[in-house]
Amino acid sequence: MTRSEVRAAFEDGPALVSYVAAGDPSAEATKEYVEALVEGGSDVIELGLPFSEPVAEGTTIQNAIKRALDAGMTPDAYLDLVRELDAEVPVVCMTYYNLIYQYGSEPGPEEFVEAAAEAGISGFVVPDLPVDESGPMYEACREHGLDLVFIVAPTTTPERLERMLDRTTGFVYVQGRLGTTGARDEVSDDTPEALERLRDADVPKAVGFGISSGEQAREVVASGADGVIVGSAYVDIIADGVENDQPTGAVADDLEALAAELKAGARKGLPEPERK
Amino acid sequence: MSGNRERTTGAQETRAGKFGAYGGQYVPEVLMPAVEELADAYERYVLDNEDGFVDDFRSRIEEFGGRPTPLSHAENLSERYGFDVYLKREDLLHGGAHKLNNALGQVLLAKYMGKERIVAETGAGQHGTATAMACAYLDMPCEIYMGRTDVNRQRPNVFRMRIHDAEVNPVDVGAGTLKEAINETMRDWATNVEDTHYVIGSVVGPHPFPAMVRDFQSVISEELREQSRERLGRLPEAVLACAGGGSNTMGAFSAFAGSAELPGAPEGTHEPAPDVDLVAVEAGGSSLGVDAEEGYAPNSASLSTGTEGVLHGARTKLLQTEEGQIVESHSVSAGLDYAGVGPELAALVDEGRVTPVNVDDDAALEAFHRLSREEGIIPALESSHAVAYLEEYDGDGPVVVNVSGRGDKDLDTVIEESAARDIDGAPTMEVFEE
Repeated sequence: MTRSEVRAAFEDGPALVSYVAAGDPSAEATKEYVEALVEGGSDVIELGLPFSEPVAEGTTIQNAIKRALDAGMTPDAYLDLVRELDAEVPVVCMTYYNLIYQYGSEPGPEEFVEAAAEAGISGFVVPDLPVDESGPMYEACREHGLDLVFIVAPTTTPERLERMLDRTTGFVYVQGRLGTTGARDEVSDDTPEALERLRDADVPKAVGFGISSGEQAREVVASGADGVIVGSAYVDIIADGVENDQPTGAVADDLEALAAELKAGARKGLPEPERK
Repeated sequence: MSGNRERTTGAQETRAGKFGAYGGQYVPEVLMPAVEELADAYERYVLDNEDGFVDDFRSRIEEFGGRPTPLSHAENLSERYGFDVYLKREDLLHGGAHKLNNALGQVLLAKYMGKERIVAETGAGQHGTATAMACAYLDMPCEIYMGRTDVNRQRPNVFRMRIHDAEVNPVDVGAGTLKEAINETMRDWATNVEDTHYVIGSVVGPHPFPAMVRDFQSVISEELREQSRERLGRLPEAVLACAGGGSNTMGAFSAFAGSAELPGAPEGTHEPAPDVDLVAVEAGGSSLGVDAEEGYAPNSASLSTGTEGVLHGARTKLLQTEEGQIVESHSVSAGLDYAGVGPELAALVDEGRVTPVNVDDDAALEAFHRLSREEGIIPALESSHAVAYLEEYDGDGPVVVNVSGRGDKDLDTVIEESAARDIDGAPTMEVFEE
């Protein structure tokens, strides 16, 4: 994959970006889940590399990360998993800065970015790395042709937004509401406003934090988003599978069905003539 | 105001929030505007005394807090060690610990900023208590997060917080100690950031917290310098302070390390004093080292044994695995039980200005009983670590130990742990039990 492919994934209508935590509940299961999510219509896979202190996550993903860590997920195992993935779509690594910083023989982001690029990662989302501290990471990503995706929050000021857009490639991650990740029943009122602020930005805009249904995906795209990002709703399905001891294949089927619903919903959000 | 606020050692860049290789602002974007707003408020109100903020703080910490705290000569310990031992009595500050200096400063600052709600995390409960107290005094709603393990081992402090009308939320994930409480408080802050201020309890977190908390705590070393001149006719040979996150440590050291000072500090109380040894005493727990496989360190000695990384908003020294996963720490003292440490302290250690040492759980418990028995002062288990290091201290004195807090909150732990470990000189309750 090259850097243009994350952006390219947004070119065929509204994109579905799907998150799961790598290794939840096992690396083997993750492979099947990712394939199912792609089968269901995901255009980008956001694959979480579990960190012990996920401060930007709500309970659902926090628990997923714990399951993955308990099952032995490590940065090296993560890269192995990425190598073995049979995904036709770009994979973005979502993790916290300390894991990137510690990887390899010298502290700093270069070694992990290089290893990730070699394994087939197309970009990064690093929630605890605001644009102000992102210099070395940004340089490393540029060097290896990877995208660095920044999260724009409802609280982000115009000055900060400008600094972020300067360094954004791939897509902009629009945080749809205050707080942490987690499935919600309704799209936040903040979302249209957040998208309006980004109207002139020459980069795809994907909205995340709280989206869990096709109807919500439709609403978000109708508000002007180029894509939706969904995580906790999938992780709820995985958690349920773990709790009820369901076979991986059955969980994968449910994931595929939800992805298909979300993708169809997102398409419905487009104005009539643009629907494909 | 003396014009040397910007004079710093190489490690300390107050306005930029970087201390050598450490510090910074590593937080989710949703919090960045709040962090920037706070940095701006810190510069205006704390560094520049806008609207007389620092004067207000100084007068309240005297009137409400009871400052200055005394510098007491410990006669019996002095005799035991053959050099003069003085105790800086933060245990006599209102609430029984140095924590009020910072809590009062931050809650007052939140008022000046127009914030409407306070959240805070607490480990041993002293910071939670101080914050709840400051909120009651300044009429601010307050919510405190505390790990379940700490709730269980610090019950009196939980009740004290509730007496002051604070809501206490136990955190059940992980080991249920300070690290988990911080994560949860950050989540609350991210959800309610527009009207809420997060009162971080130590010199940790994103800029401006490490510099700001240090400044509020620097009243300790300001007084310590003045009192040393008056009482000893000189500066001490060494200052010993326990280090968990490092707030009492930085408070006791800052004026000797030449760190930035609060406006209105007495003339000459923040000159660098390189001939004063600054010793940070960490919790050696039951042994040093990290069990990477178990994700566990049986200590909290991040200055002595930690490695550089990024946690809770700052780059600093951490207890972590080679891969960068943060490990659970351990100390018999809940207040020291944390896998990170303040970035400025980490930088001062790298520079050689601060010496990190550590004592183990048993030594701390012995020191707890020694100070209680020989000087009539019950120290917090945190402070007991600093007192314990006197046994190993190799010098001529005079030495000042920062007694960061009183130990009433630790009595349950001390009764239980002393009996289980057969601690030298510990009384038991067995004779009273049927």
